[in-house]
Amino acid sequence: MENLEFRFNAQPARPAAGAALCGVVGSGNLEILIRPGDEADACTVSVKTSARGFGKIWEAVIADFASRHPVGGTRIAINDMGATPAVVTLRLGQALGDYTGGAQ
Amino acid sequence: MNAPINPSRRHSYFEATARNRVAAVLDAGSFTEFLPPEASQPSPHLAVLDIPGAFDDGVIVGSAALGGQPVLVIAQEGQFMGGAVGEIHGAKIVGLLRRAMAEKPAAVILMVDSGGVRLHEANAGLIAISEIMRAVLDTRAAGVPVLALVGGSCGAFGGMGIVSRLCSAIVMSEEGRLALSGPEVIETVAGVEEFDSKDRALVWRVTGGKQRYLTGDCAELVEDDAAAFRQGAIDVLAGWTEPAPSSATLRAEQDRLTSRRQRFAGMRDGLEVWAALGVPDPRQIPIMDRDSLVALRKGLPA
Repeated sequence: MENLEFRFNAQPARPAAGAALCGVVGSGNLEILIRPGDEADACTVSVKTSARGFGKIWEAVIADFASRHPVGGTRIAINDMGATPAVVTLRLGQALGDYTGGAQ
Repeated sequence: MNAPINPSRRHSYFEATARNRVAAVLDAGSFTEFLPPEASQPSPHLAVLDIPGAFDDGVIVGSAALGGQPVLVIAQEGQFMGGAVGEIHGAKIVGLLRRAMAEKPAAVILMVDSGGVRLHEANAGLIAISEIMRAVLDTRAAGVPVLALVGGSCGAFGGMGIVSRLCSAIVMSEEGRLALSGPEVIETVAGVEEFDSKDRALVWRVTGGKQRYLTGDCAELVEDDAAAFRQGAIDVLAGWTEPAPSSATLRAEQDRLTSRRQRFAGMRDGLEVWAALGVPDPRQIPIMDRDSLVALRKGLPA
């Protein structure tokens, strides 16, 4: 397992729920939990992944997501069981959709 | 359930996640989760083994309504570690059952999807299973029925197979499987000549929902559809009275199981069991639809 921590500047999110969970920690899948964070214009992400050595790819995938969506003021926690970048992006979008009530 | 289900309207229970099942089986919008993911804790044992945990440790517990009746709900997530029961997972189930003893809801709905004990957690997992067994029996003794729904991809095996049979009744789909040792366990221990776990048709003829329905291990056979599980659960609970525990009932059940064991001794395939039950053409059973099978069972000799 590898623990990864990231922080990205992002436009503030407008939460509709106190927390949102998306996905399952199953083979090729992951779960994403979004909660309110401490800084309104930044997003912190902590990843626990079963696949070692993919830190740069995680950083690129999440940085891309944070640049395209208002995710400021959130704390994102991820438990991963080998999801591909496409699945990670899909689940991030779903989780943010639940967290903001569909308004992105 | 009498009207045929339009396949395009069907939401497979087998394929759904635990959270989707909770949303689809219970009254819409009625579910309140206890210890939601943001308040729960992943397994410390998996962390020690360097394996990512799940925030809810693979089980969802909470309160809801089913057909307007208050129920408490447990749903195992089969996609996370095969729905296996670890220490926190088990503690959440036991805690919910103890709450049921105090609150006396109309029922506890237990959506089983599990291979049994989470072996990574060894003794903690085994103790968790024994605590669940005790809690199921205590809940029933308190007059609250515990209804198991078995139709997930991991079925109900090992300790959760025992737990399922300790419940008041089981609602099952053909896709669901229920047994003690799983097919791969039997093959590993006793050899492929004893049981070929790769023979999926054989696995279902021995452990699947149709077999369990014909031998009376499940009360209701439903289609692989969340709405059918919902209706099946409502039907079983309608007018259900949890019998008071008595040694006479236990002895009668013990005698029934003993004579059943003698009757089917030496049989190696569901086909033989169905022939012994009086099914005219056992080879038709695996391709029969649910309604035809239910009609067939009604016509079997008692």
